[in-house]
Formats: sequence, C-alpha cells, structure tokens
Amino acid sequence: MAQVRETKLPGVGVRHDFTAATGAEIGVIVHHDGRREILLYDDDDVDASSSVIQLSPLDARTMSEVLGASQVTEVVEAVQQHIEGLAIEWLTVPANSLAITTSIGGARYRSKTGASIVAVIRDHQSIPAPGADFRLAVDDVIVAVGTVEGVAALRQIIRPN
Amino acid sequence: MIAAENIDAAVAFVEIGALVLLLAILARLAGRFGITAIPLYLIAGLAVGEGGFAKINVSEDFISIGAEIGVLLLLLALGLQYSQDELQTGLRTGMQASVVNFVLNALPGFAFGLLLGWEPLAAVLLGGITWATSAGIVSKVLADLGRLGNRETPPVLNMLVVEDLSMAIYLPIVAALIVGGSLLATSINVAIALGLVTIILLSALRYGQHFSALLVGGSDEALLLSIFATTLLVAGIAQQLDVSGAIGAFLVGLAVSGPAARRAAALISPLRDLFAATFFLFFSFQIDPADLTGAIVPAVILAIIGIGTKFATGWYTASRAGVGQAGRARAGVLIIPRGEFSIVIAALGSELVDGPELGALAATYVLITAIVGPLATKFSDRIPLPSGMRRRAATTASAS
Repeated sequence: MAQVRETKLPGVGVRHDFTAATGAEIGVIVHHDGRREILLYDDDDVDASSSVIQLSPLDARTMSEVLGASQVTEVVEAVQQHIEGLAIEWLTVPANSLAITTSIGGARYRSKTGASIVAVIRDHQSIPAPGADFRLAVDDVIVAVGTVEGVAALRQIIRPN
Repeated sequence: MIAAENIDAAVAFVEIGALVLLLAILARLAGRFGITAIPLYLIAGLAVGEGGFAKINVSEDFISIGAEIGVLLLLLALGLQYSQDELQTGLRTGMQASVVNFVLNALPGFAFGLLLGWEPLAAVLLGGITWATSAGIVSKVLADLGRLGNRETPPVLNMLVVEDLSMAIYLPIVAALIVGGSLLATSINVAIALGLVTIILLSALRYGQHFSALLVGGSDEALLLSIFATTLLVAGIAQQLDVSGAIGAFLVGLAVSGPAARRAAALISPLRDLFAATFFLFFSFQIDPADLTGAIVPAVILAIIGIGTKFATGWYTASRAGVGQAGRARAGVLIIPRGEFSIVIAALGSELVDGPELGALAATYVLITAIVGPLATKFSDRIPLPSGMRRRAATTASAS
C-alpha cells in the first residue's frame, strides 16, 4: 500500500495524499463538516490540484463501501490462512446485546473465553487495543482474536441466541 | 401612546426591512460575480449614510447594536473553525512566515500613518489595518476556486492562524492604548488586558473540552442560545475591562472544540451573515463623504504598497514550504484581500481625532484590496512564467 501523507488545513479539515501506482498524485480533503473532496494533482505544476469529485458524508460512505468491501474480506481471509490455530472474527454488536451494559474489563471477556478484543470499529474508524474501561456500543464491530472455541464463546456472549 | 409606539415600530420595520433587502440584493449580486459581498456592503453604507441619498432615523440605535453583535459573531465564527490541534500546528509551522508578514505589512501602514501627520495611535491602527488579511475572503476564494488541495494552501493557512492569534494580542493592546491616561495608567491597562487574554486563552485550551462537552448534549436550540449567551457575556465583561469585546468572542470560539464547535458553527453562521452584513453597512454608513474624497489618493497609494507586500509575504511563505514559482505567485495574490479585521480595527479608532479620516481610508483600502485580491487570484494561473521555471520548481518541491 502506498504511504499516505497527512496535512492539516486549519479551519478547513485534513488533507491526505498519496502517489498511486501509476504515478498520479491523489489527494482527499476531509472537511470538518464531513464532506470529502477527491483531488488530482497537475502533472506540469505539482503544487496545483483540481477537485475532481465532491462527496457528502453519506456519499463518501457509499463510495468507501464500494471501493473497500472486497478488500476487507481479502484481508481477513489472508489472516486466517496464515495463522494456524488462531481464529479471528468480526462481530457486530446487536441492539439487544448485554455487552453494552458494562465495560470490556468489567465483563471479563478474556478470562471467561480466552478470546481478546483487539480492536473496535466504530463509525468506520478503528479503535485499536481498546482499554479495560472501554464501553461497547450498538453497531460497533469487534475484532476478536483467540482460539476457535474462545471466539465462539465470545460470540455467544456478545450476541446471545 | 400605544398608537405612537405602533407607528414607531412600523417605521422601524420598514427601515430595517429596506436595509436588509438592500443587503440581500448585494449578496445576490456578489454571488453572481463570484466575489465577496463585503465591498458591496461598504459601498451601500456610503450611499445611505451621512450625507448620502437616504437617511435612517428611527432604527439607528437598533442597527448600531446589531452591528456590534455582528463583530462578535464574526470573531466567534473565526474562533470556532480552529481546533486546538490546528492552533498548535499553526503556531509551530507558521511562526517565521508570520514574523515576515508582520514586518512587511504592519510596519509600512504604521509609517504611512505617521507620514500623513496622524497621531501615533492612529498610525498604529493603520498598521493593523494593512497587516490583517481577511481570513474570511481567503477561505471563500480557496473553496470557490477549488484550491484547498494545492500545496501552497497549508502554509498560507498556518500563517493566517498565527495572524488571527496575533490579533488576540494586538486588539486588546490597542483598546487599552485608546483608553489612554498617564503612561503608568496605560501600561497597567495594557498589562491587565494581556493578562486577561492569556488567562482566557489558557483556560480555553485547558478546559475547552469540558465546556464543549457541556454544550454538546442539548438540542440545537439550546446549543445556539448557550453559545450566543456565552459570547455576549464574555464579550461584555471583556469590554467592561477595556479589553476588546471582539477578542472575548474570538476566545469563546477557540474554547469550543470538537463536535460542539462544528454544530455551533453551522448554527451560528446564518446569524453571523445577517449581523456581519449589518456591521459592514453601518461602518461605512458613518463615514462622511467629505472625508472619503480626501481618502482616495492615499488609499490607492497604500493599497499598491499593501498588494506588493502581501504578494511578497505569500511568495516567501510558499517558497519556505518548497512550493514552485507558480504556487508562490498564487499564494501571493491569495492573501491580498483585507476585510473584516481591518474594519474592526478602524471601528476601534472612531473616537480618535484622526478617527474619521482613518475610517474613510480603511473603507477605501478594504474596498480596493477586497476586489483586486479575489480577481487577481482568479487570474493568477495566467501569470506568465517561463516554462523551464515550472519544471525546475517541481523537482525542488519533491526533493524537499
């Protein structure tokens, strides 16, 4: 993956840019209000850019689903293939889950099941290594790692049925 | 009795309605030509004001307090758009460019004021007027022309952050100087002003998050009312202590961060547009056309100097960030416009002996730079540069 550079634009938001495999310079501005702007830099004048597409927050979400969905499964499959005996599972917290009533530490998931919650994805942002006092919320996606049995046990607790 | 009040109210409604209608037409016109409406508001104010063709009678008090609120909301909105992260980045990376900005732009204005034979304080104000780039116009131009992604944009924005923060020091000092008195009394006033600004600024940075968390919970209505109330209260107290009320509002804006700031900015912006338009109108409304004719020649000379020095500042700022020649030229013309801050500064000096002349000069100066700047930016891509230069600039930029 290309290295993404981040630049703050005070009062506007953040600009991310990277060099694509074709050599094209691509930028994305994330505005404070959630709008995204996709930019392409000029070949002749590398400092100049033109705004190619403007996306509302919802459009940006749709766009990232379309662009990113297959990539996510690819990554998961790769992990499962490479690490023998280790299971990784992505769990969405349902509305009726008891998991939202206490913190991760309070529920003692690891000592009960042996599986660890290594990351939480909330609103398309990942929170790596959530602390013991982290509280899960409805629609969070948990990334759990452990033995096959351990992850299954955790699934039972998070989404009982 | 009630009948008389009714008639007064009716006259006031018609006057205010007519004025706002005028503003609406101007805003529409400005949008049509893709320029900011500030210069048009100023021209309109000249037309209806002192000695102009129409007179406002009944509602002048209301309009004048509305104008004052306009200044507060302008500065509140400015403060709201910066997060603490951005302030720190700005201070870290924009400092050197900002010193150049100050030396190249504030000092000539100050010297020019002295050359005009004004009292030193009026010259200090003129220095501020030529110093302050209009952050409002710059960000609008950038967004309209789709230049936010350009590589010269971040250094320029960081420089403007420091410029805005410098105003938080400059305005209270000037406000204390205007109050005047003996040398001792003045220095005590300046010290109080700076101390107060430092305290508010530090507590804004330190406790801003708690304050924001407190605000973010309620409905939009509650948020709008609380932010408006806080702004007026802080500004009022600051004004009472002879620290500029506008800076109080700016600091309130800085204190609010995160989701609360974004929501507040969205809620406050229609109010700000209304009151700020009133402010620009009312400012030039008070200018005597007789002063204006005298101001035109000095304003043109000052504007030529100011356009040159801002261009040099932008060029320098962009070149420090490794941007090529074409980008440096774009940065140079981008920061030419002066606007809201310059008018706020000029309004501070209205009580001075040279105040009326200062006001007329400031209005003309802002008119010229606010019109020339955005137009020049639009055409800055066509500034001819030898083709070899662009290429070479490109290699330097990627090497750094």
